[in-house]
Amino acid sequence: MARRAAPEINAGSMADIAFLLLIFFLVTTTMDVDTGLTRKLPPPIEEEDPDPPEIKERNVFIVLANANDDLLVEGEPMLVSNLREEAKKFIIGDPSGQDPDMPEFKMTEVPVLGNIPVSKQIVSLQNDRSTSYELYIKVQNELVAAYNEVRNEYAQQKFGKTMKELEKEAERSNKAKLQIKAVKKVYPQRISEAEPKNFGDK
Amino acid sequence: MSKFKKKKSGDLPAVNTAALPDIVFMLLFFFMVTTVMREVTLKVKITTPEATEIKKLEKKSLVSYIYIGAPIKALQSQFGTADRIQLNDAFASKEDIIAFVEAERETHDPAEVPLMTFSMKVDGESEMGIVTDVKQKLRKANALKINYSTRKTDKIVD
Repeated sequence: MARRAAPEINAGSMADIAFLLLIFFLVTTTMDVDTGLTRKLPPPIEEEDPDPPEIKERNVFIVLANANDDLLVEGEPMLVSNLREEAKKFIIGDPSGQDPDMPEFKMTEVPVLGNIPVSKQIVSLQNDRSTSYELYIKVQNELVAAYNEVRNEYAQQKFGKTMKELEKEAERSNKAKLQIKAVKKVYPQRISEAEPKNFGDK
Repeated sequence: MSKFKKKKSGDLPAVNTAALPDIVFMLLFFFMVTTVMREVTLKVKITTPEATEIKKLEKKSLVSYIYIGAPIKALQSQFGTADRIQLNDAFASKEDIIAFVEAERETHDPAEVPLMTFSMKVDGESEMGIVTDVKQKLRKANALKINYSTRKTDKIVD
């Protein structure tokens, strides 16, 4: 019998198979962009280091979180949702210097803007060992958000741009870089966490 | 019958799809290569809390992870339900943190060491005590750049 030419394999469904695999990998790939709150820890305390200077009470915004996840802010119980507003008020302060509960101001040399009064604000966060991590993150988040909002408003007012826009511009322009520096200098992020204390274990 | 067979000369020719499998294969290989199967098996249950002011962690190679949470169900009979620290593939105590930091630094170029970030993946229900302990150890090891792993949300609820 005469040899028949081998029939060509139909490759039409190859695309389908490839598609199937493609979809499988598309679905299983987790383009897992890790996101989070970036913080910087204070350097370890050396034995021989001098005691830190005393800070006046009016300059400190005290946030306490207890084991039941309750907040005490400047001596008043508060919900997390109100914390941002309160923190913003404190960070901006009272530039006229009238309010004795608001932080003091100090003339500081700031790039671009020259000599202007800068608040001596510090935010202090203390938590118990049994405070839940979730609450802790919420508080941290609100405090960072307060700083970010204050900075944004200030940048908007002084330079007509938000911090994000400035940061985008800073990639090419030195001016924007200096402006960012200025805003950060006027409202430095000072979130201090107390050395851990033990208020009695459960 | 020839009416049906004859093509009108004005008809658009069908688009040639012969190259389609090639394109699909190209995409397929791209995804196959970029897919990273998770390198550690989590022994603790972690649901990270949500936050709004998050930043992306850039340069994954410079990030080391510390996991904290309660052991997963299958391991609870053996390890209990108290929060545990997991480093790499095993449970660890807080005393192991410093050694872990040193070991992680060994694997990197000395020039990159100051840029290394330690990301803490902590379950929202964990207590702060263990987190504080880990933070203190990180401070002692001079690993000051840390990151609290969180998911993105639009609004914080009480």
